[in-house]
Amino acid sequence: MYRHRSGEETPARSARLSRRVAIVTGISVAIFSVVFLRLWYLQVLSGDEYRELANDNRVREVRVPAPRGDILDRDGKVLVTNRTQLGLQVVPDDLPKAGADRKQVLRGLSAVTGMTPQRIESEIEEVRRISPTSPVILKRGLGAGKVFFLRENQNRFPGVTVERVFTRDYRQGTIGAHLFGNVGEVTAEQLKLPRYSSLEQGDTVGQSGIEYEYDRFLRGKPGSSRTTVDALGRPKGELRGEPARAGDSVRLTIDADLQAAGEGALGSFGLPGAFVAMDADNGEVLALGSSPTFDPAIFTRSITESQYKALVSRENDAPLANRAIQGAYPTGSIFKVITATAALDGGLITPEEIVNDPGVFQAPGDTRKFKNAGDAVFGPINMNDALKVSSDVYFYKLGFEADVPKGRGGVIQEWASRLGLGEPTGIDLPAETEGLVPSPAWRNRLFRQKLTDRRWTAGDNINLSVGQGDLQANPLQMAIAYAAIGNGGTIVRPHLAQGVESVTGEPLQDIEPAPKRQVEVPEAARQTIMTGIRRAAMEEGGTSYPVFGNFKVPVAGKTGTAERGVTESGLPIPDQAWYVALAPADDPEIVVAVTIERGGFGADSAAPVTARILEQYFEQPITPAVATGQAATE
Amino acid sequence: MEAARPLTLPGRRIAVGTRFNLAYFDGVMMAAALGLIAFSIFTLAAATADDIPGSPLYFVLRQGIYALIGLVLMFAVARVDYSRFRELRVGIYSIMIASICLVLVFGAAARGSRRWIELPYFRFQPSELAKLLLIVALAAFVIEHRRRGGDWRSTVRILAIGLAPAALVFLQPDLGTALVIGVITLAILFLSGVPWKHFAAIGGAVAAIAAIALVLAPAAGVPILKDYQQERLTSFLNPSDDPTDSSYQLRQSQIAIGAGEKSGRGDQASQTELNFLPEHHTDFIFAVIGERYGFLGAAFVLSLYALLVWRALRLLTFSKNLYGTLIAGGIAAMLMFQVFLNVGMNLGIMPVTGITLPLMSYGGSSVLVTLMAIGLLQSIHIQAQLASRDSRAPNPLLR
Repeated sequence: MYRHRSGEETPARSARLSRRVAIVTGISVAIFSVVFLRLWYLQVLSGDEYRELANDNRVREVRVPAPRGDILDRDGKVLVTNRTQLGLQVVPDDLPKAGADRKQVLRGLSAVTGMTPQRIESEIEEVRRISPTSPVILKRGLGAGKVFFLRENQNRFPGVTVERVFTRDYRQGTIGAHLFGNVGEVTAEQLKLPRYSSLEQGDTVGQSGIEYEYDRFLRGKPGSSRTTVDALGRPKGELRGEPARAGDSVRLTIDADLQAAGEGALGSFGLPGAFVAMDADNGEVLALGSSPTFDPAIFTRSITESQYKALVSRENDAPLANRAIQGAYPTGSIFKVITATAALDGGLITPEEIVNDPGVFQAPGDTRKFKNAGDAVFGPINMNDALKVSSDVYFYKLGFEADVPKGRGGVIQEWASRLGLGEPTGIDLPAETEGLVPSPAWRNRLFRQKLTDRRWTAGDNINLSVGQGDLQANPLQMAIAYAAIGNGGTIVRPHLAQGVESVTGEPLQDIEPAPKRQVEVPEAARQTIMTGIRRAAMEEGGTSYPVFGNFKVPVAGKTGTAERGVTESGLPIPDQAWYVALAPADDPEIVVAVTIERGGFGADSAAPVTARILEQYFEQPITPAVATGQAATE
Repeated sequence: MEAARPLTLPGRRIAVGTRFNLAYFDGVMMAAALGLIAFSIFTLAAATADDIPGSPLYFVLRQGIYALIGLVLMFAVARVDYSRFRELRVGIYSIMIASICLVLVFGAAARGSRRWIELPYFRFQPSELAKLLLIVALAAFVIEHRRRGGDWRSTVRILAIGLAPAALVFLQPDLGTALVIGVITLAILFLSGVPWKHFAAIGGAVAAIAAIALVLAPAAGVPILKDYQQERLTSFLNPSDDPTDSSYQLRQSQIAIGAGEKSGRGDQASQTELNFLPEHHTDFIFAVIGERYGFLGAAFVLSLYALLVWRALRLLTFSKNLYGTLIAGGIAAMLMFQVFLNVGMNLGIMPVTGITLPLMSYGGSSVLVTLMAIGLLQSIHIQAQLASRDSRAPNPLLR
């Protein structure tokens, strides 16, 4: 109904007006329809989606690190555990994007952490590149004062929080430093490996040693905390999250007291060296150490480049190197046990066959003279005499006779390989060296490649027979070889871990690696050798009698003194001392191998270190049998 | 010197002899307006409780006071016969232009633009009042020109009269209000019966100006819009995640509204409570309603606006004279366009222009002016009723 009351309007104009009013009304209806439809679309049709987006907006999920499992010794003594520290954490997304605001926050952070703003930026950038949403721990171990300062001034530090972080705590100081290895943030390369598939940037994993080897047990499962945050990233309340699951503990075969005794005795010489004490029957490593050592806690802080260089430099004898598994040394006379086994098994000689030792050996058709150490002359001797006094001439002769100048060589090479030299031991530590059993094929290949000046000669085999020349082995390999003689031919797989337990100490899994293989050591040969090296330790005139003669537990042990040639500047390098012992000699439980670089005669340095370890193991004191200085020569 | 006089003085004079009867009020319109302002206070009470530490009722109390003053003004305006304003058109127009100029010179700056004049207890935004004053004056000018015929010259003049304040407001800069003024001008022109071909020409000119302002001039290195204006006008087409960006606001507002779903999240309205939604008491209050009260609440509010606009449009044909029709048309266009701009922005289908949601957004100038506009509509309604009764009844003097 059009009821226009104005007298000014003509009917034509009124009609036009009502048309235009209709148009305006139509536009209004259209506009309201559009708005209603859009509202319907947002709230009714896609409400779920937007509800989720709103929740994503307000909920910030933060990964909660899991405490790593402990590392225990064989008696359950804690070797490595965790310490909680407060760490300064930055969520890069919540920092001001750029400009003066960001500069100011960074200046503030710089004052708190002592890092330069540039360094902070680069650390943040580094993490951002790998994982753009991950928080960055800028500093661990914040003092209480700084924590309070940050909390009181929270509004000046958007995106900065103080978080609990776990740090490894080495309860026994430097004891076992070479075993544990360090932990660190998982790297971008590691994250691509299936081994780390369940991890995220920022998680911590074992990067070396036991921590690396048993990481899957130790690392636990990170949880998450869910926090409500406002638009500025300020926390407003906690929501239910997933708690972190602590890692399981790994119980080692290591005996902390034996380890401490070994490290103490070895360290007292102040020379680079290493020792291994191992169960001769099953390969459980009771103690394994290397000198010089280091403080494992150094890796819990950020380490400078010069500090790291000091740990690996040759001038400092590379404290980080684990010589017990990474050394590559000639072994000296301790190798004679292998030569003896090979010669007896290969029928080159019988146990009772007498060989005259005039102090020097000259191969037929060779001008070179191979002498006994210290120019000693032992006269007519059989095999176990030769082992007792460590006659070189006796073994030179065997080395000459065993030489097969082609392929992989003769019986000595064959038995060295059977007993585990020149191959990885399979110990549960990363980065062991396999060493070298020199053979004609090896040397002749080097010669063809012009990497050496001569082909294989009988002299190489003569050198090998007494553990000199190109032979490379580490103490663990020698311990395994001796253990095989002692236990009747079992090549054990050495291991440091014996089981996994829950946080509450409940056993979860045993670790008992099967022996690597069985070798056939003829019983007669075994008896002859065991008698020979037992006499060497326990009978007057034996090479290590002065050290072990008075010991209540019979020891079978062999000294070794390896020549190390000359330095680059031509100065002679002092000999390297070795000692390997099996005890008790009748039925060996334990094998101990010790080497000391520049340690001189085996009887003077390596044997006493062995004695300290056996003292601790058998809980029996050892007093010298002969005043020092009268030690027999080899 | 009529132009310098305060508005109420001539008002009081005009009121003499005007019959005023509450029974002639448009009750539906009144209910819609009261419903909206009540809903505004209700929403502010819930959404702004934590905004100012220590005074949870800060915005509620102020909005309540503005509403009360606004209602008083509404009744005052309603009892005036709007027809008398026609004579005052030059004065009203001059006051309007002067007040906008005053802001340009003395205004308080906020976020890069001068829109307010600081008064004791109150920050007055002349551009809000200017919209209403322009409607009253422009409608009067239109009627003057119509008497001389609907030629090109008068169309251009009316346009000039309407767009002059739009240009001044644009300089503040306040793009949104300038657009509203432009729409008001067009609506009044349209209802006054300007020929279609004039409109076609105007439409072409607007398109050309938009093209020049948004595309050609910036390309030629002569920016006409400020960067942020340009970005606001275009950003709803290409959203980003930068919180300082206006498209971030649009996105957060859509998330808030969508998350409200059918029945709303009440106190779980995290977008509002945790400040993801900027300006939640002013420009984005509709998103707050959408999140807290869901489709039910938001549709209810929209319905109240629809009711209000319907009652205003109804006056176009109901009014006793063309002047009333044009005023009602201008006010309807103003309300309609502001609701569309603001709600559309909240819903992510219109650019960010900083236009308030009438009666809903917190803010004195907006509430007072909108209520005064409704007072004017009531005046038109009352006058129409009175005229209708007069025409039905014989001479009232004979009663």
